[in-house]
Amino acid sequence: MKHCLILGAHSDVALAIAHQLAKEGHSLWLAARRFQDLEPIQKDLEIRYGVPVACFAFDAEKPESHQAFVEALPECPDEVYLVFGYLGPHPGSLEHPTDARRIVQVNFAGAVSVLQALALAMQKRGKGAIAGISSVAGERGRKSNFLYGSAKAGLSAYLDGLRNYGYHHGFHVCTVKPGFIRTAMTAGMDLPKPLTASPEQVAKATISGLRKKKGRVYVLPIWRWIMCLIRNIPDSMFRKKQL
Amino acid sequence: MSPFKQSISNWGNYPLTESLVYQGKERPASGPYIARGMGRCYGDSASQAQIWSSRANRCMLDFDSNTGVLTAEAGLTLDEILQTFVPRAWFLPVTPGTKFVSLGGAFASDIHGKNHHGNGCFSDHVLWIDLENAEGEVLRCSREKNQELFELTAGGMGLTGIILRVALQLHPIETAYIKQRSIRCRNLQETLEQILAHQHWTHSVAWIDCLAPGKAMGRSILLLGEHAKANELPEKYQNQALKPHSTQQKNFPFFLPGFALNSFSVKTFNFLYYHKHLPKQKEQLVHYEPFFYPLDAIGHWNRIYGKRGFTQYQFVLPPDQVDGLIKIIETIRAHGMGSFLTVLKLFGPQKENYLRFPKEGFTLAMDFPLSPKLEGFLSQLDALVLKHGGRVYLTKDLRMPPEMLMASYPQAEQFRQKIKEMDSKATFQSLQSQRLDLHL
Ligand SMILES: Cc1cc2nc3c(=O)[nH]c(=O)nc-3n(C[C@H](O)[C@H](O)[C@H](O)COP(=O)(O)OP(=O)(O)OC[C@H]3O[C@@H](n4cnc5c(N)ncnc54)[C@H](O)[C@@H]3O)c2cc1C
Ligand SMILES: NC(=O)c1ccc[n+]([C@@H]2O[C@H](COP(=O)([O-])OP(=O)(O)OC[C@H]3O[C@@H](n4cnc5c(N)ncnc54)[C@H](OP(=O)(O)O)[C@@H]3O)[C@@H](O)[C@H]2O)c1
Repeated sequence: MKHCLILGAHSDVALAIAHQLAKEGHSLWLAARRFQDLEPIQKDLEIRYGVPVACFAFDAEKPESHQAFVEALPECPDEVYLVFGYLGPHPGSLEHPTDARRIVQVNFAGAVSVLQALALAMQKRGKGAIAGISSVAGERGRKSNFLYGSAKAGLSAYLDGLRNYGYHHGFHVCTVKPGFIRTAMTAGMDLPKPLTASPEQVAKATISGLRKKKGRVYVLPIWRWIMCLIRNIPDSMFRKKQL
Repeated sequence: MSPFKQSISNWGNYPLTESLVYQGKERPASGPYIARGMGRCYGDSASQAQIWSSRANRCMLDFDSNTGVLTAEAGLTLDEILQTFVPRAWFLPVTPGTKFVSLGGAFASDIHGKNHHGNGCFSDHVLWIDLENAEGEVLRCSREKNQELFELTAGGMGLTGIILRVALQLHPIETAYIKQRSIRCRNLQETLEQILAHQHWTHSVAWIDCLAPGKAMGRSILLLGEHAKANELPEKYQNQALKPHSTQQKNFPFFLPGFALNSFSVKTFNFLYYHKHLPKQKEQLVHYEPFFYPLDAIGHWNRIYGKRGFTQYQFVLPPDQVDGLIKIIETIRAHGMGSFLTVLKLFGPQKENYLRFPKEGFTLAMDFPLSPKLEGFLSQLDALVLKHGGRVYLTKDLRMPPEMLMASYPQAEQFRQKIKEMDSKATFQSLQSQRLDLHL
C-alpha cells in the first residue's frame, strides 16, 4: 500500500485518479481548498474501497503555507499527483489583471512552490514519484489563452527539469499533457469528441505513465501529432490565426 | 462550478431542450427549475429551461454493514451501488429495468421492480431523505419526521424540491445469481393465470406479444426469479459467487432511420422471443445482470427508434379489469401498433400516495416510436384505461392531458394544493408538470 497525495482533490480528474488508486488499495491523502467539502469524497472512497483516506487543507495561492503543509503530512508521500489548475474566464486578455495574476500564481508559482517542498522530502528519502497535470496549451502561446498557456508552459518546463534533477536524486517526475478533457472546467463547451478524453482516461494514463517512469504523457496519442504540427507553423502565419 | 448550456433530452429522445444546467451548490436565481438525475425517464419529467443536475453529487456517505443501510447523495446510481455491494452480499431492495438511474430519480418516480407484488415500491425501502425546499432549507423527511413531505416527494416527480440524500435499506443476498424459471404461455388468459399462480416467486414479469392474433392473443414468456442461495450454485460458479456485473457496454452507434422499426421487424422480434424457449418450462441459473437488465448490455439502445424519438405507455388496471386489458391489447393489434418491448406484470396492494403510480392490478408497458398518428391512438388507450379504473405512469409519459391525470389519480388535486401551500412561487416545475397543469 502506497501513500498517494492528490493536490486539487475536488476536480473531476483528481477524483478519477483517487478512485483508481483506491481501487488498487492505496491510501489517499486528499488536499484541496474548501477542506470541509472533502468529507463526502473521503467517506465515499472509504466505503467503496475500504482504504484509509485523510484530508488536508491546501491552497495553491498561499505559497507561504506550503512548507508547513508538507511537514504536516504523516510522512513523505510515495506518489504525488498535482492536479489543480486554473483556466478562469479570461485566459487570453489584457483587461483583467487580477485574474491574470491568479492564473500564473495557481498554475505555475503555486505548483512550483509546493513541489519544491515535496521534491525535497523525496530527495531526502531517496525515493518517490510526482505526476504533474500540465496541458498541451503550454506548447505554444496562443491568442485565446496565452496567460493559461504560458503558465502551463512554465509548469511543463519545471516538471521536465525536475525530472532530470530527480533522476540523480532517486525520484521520478512525469509531465502529463492532456488535450481536451470532459470536466467541470469544460462543461457545456462543444469539444470535438475524438480529441476529448474522459477524466478516467486521464487518470489511467497518468497513473500508468508514472509507474512506467515515462517522461511526458499525452493522454490521447493524437495530441502529440497535433501539437507537433502547431509548433511548426511559422510564427508569421500563426499570429494571424484565430487560435 | 458555473452553470452551462446543454441540449437535453431524456430516454425517449424527445423533447430536446436547450437548458441551463446547474450542479453542486449552484442554484438558479429563481424558478422555475427541476432536478434531474440520469435522464432515464422517457418524456419531459426532467425537462426544463433551467435544470439542477445531481451528477456532481454521487458520494456514498455511510454504510452500516450490520443493518445494510446505505446513506448516499442523490446522484449515486444503482449501477454503482451494485458494483460496490454485490461483492459484500447486498443487493437493491427494488430495481427498475435499467441500473443507470439515480437514487433521487428512483425516489422521485417511486419506481417499482419485478418484485412489486411482494416488496412494494422503492420508497418502501427508504428510511429517510434530505430534501431541499424552495427556500434552500434542508429538511430530513421520514415516516416519523416531516412525514407529509416524505410522502409528497415519493413519486412526486421532483415537484417538492431537490432530494439531496437518501438512506436506503439494502437487501441481503448469498450469491449474485438468480434461479430463473421461464414459462411459455399460449395466450393472455394463461399468462394471467400463471402470473397469479406464481405470486410466491420474488420476481415475476411477462414479455408479451401484442401482435399475435385470435386465440394466441397475449401469448408470452413469463420469467420468474429467486436469488440463488450459496449451496445452490454449481461448482464452476463457487469462486465467483458474488461477482458484480461487468462494466463493459456495447454502444448502439447511431440513430436508426425511422422506417427500420416497422411492424414487420416488431413481429419478427416478438416471434423470435417467443420461440427461443422451446420447452414449455425451463429452469436456469443466470447472473443478475441479464435477469434484471437485459437491455443495459447495449448502451443508447433508445437510438433504435430513430431521431424522432419514442415514448413508453405504461398503465395499470385493477385486478378485476381483465376485459379492459383484453380490449386494450386488441386496440393495439387493430392499429398494428405492436411494440418492440411489451412487459406485463402484477402489482401488489399499494397505499394511494399522491402522484405515485403503482396500485394493485396488472401493469403493461409498451414502447411506441413518435409519429403524427400516435396521439390519436394513445388517447383511445387513455379512454380505455380511464374507463377501467386505471392510470398511466408519469415517469414514462410525454403527452397525457391534465384531465386524464386528475381523473385517474385521486390525490392529484390534493398534491396540487399542497405544493402550492409549500411554495407559492412554484419554484420546481418540469415541462411535464406545466403541461399537466399542476401549478395553481
Ligand atoms: C430501460 C428502462 C427501464 C426502466 N424500467 C423501469 C421499471 O422497471 N420500473 C420503473 O418504475 N421505472 C422504470 N424505468 C424508469 C426509471 O426508473 C425512472 O424514470 C427513474 O426515475 C429514472 O431515474 P433518473 O435518475 O434517470 O431520473 P431522471 O429521469 O433524471 O428524473 C426522473 C424524475 O425524477 C426527478 N428527480 C431526479 N433526481 C431528483 C432529485 N435529486 N431530487 C428531486 N427529484 C429528482 C426528476 O425531476 C424527474 O421528475 C425505466 C427506464 C428505462 C430507460
Ligand atoms: N479540462 C480540460 O480540458 C483540461 C485540458 C488540459 C489540462 N487540464 C488540466 O487538468 C487539471 C484538472 O482540470 P479540470 O478540467 O478537472 O479542472 P477543474 O474542474 O476546474 O479543476 C481545477 C481544480 O483546481 C483547483 N484549484 C484552483 N485554484 C486552486 C488553488 N488556488 N488552490 C488549490 N486548488 C485550486 C480547483 O479547486 P476548487 O474545486 O477548490 O475550485 C479545482 O479542483 C488542471 O490542471 C487543468 O489545467 C484540463
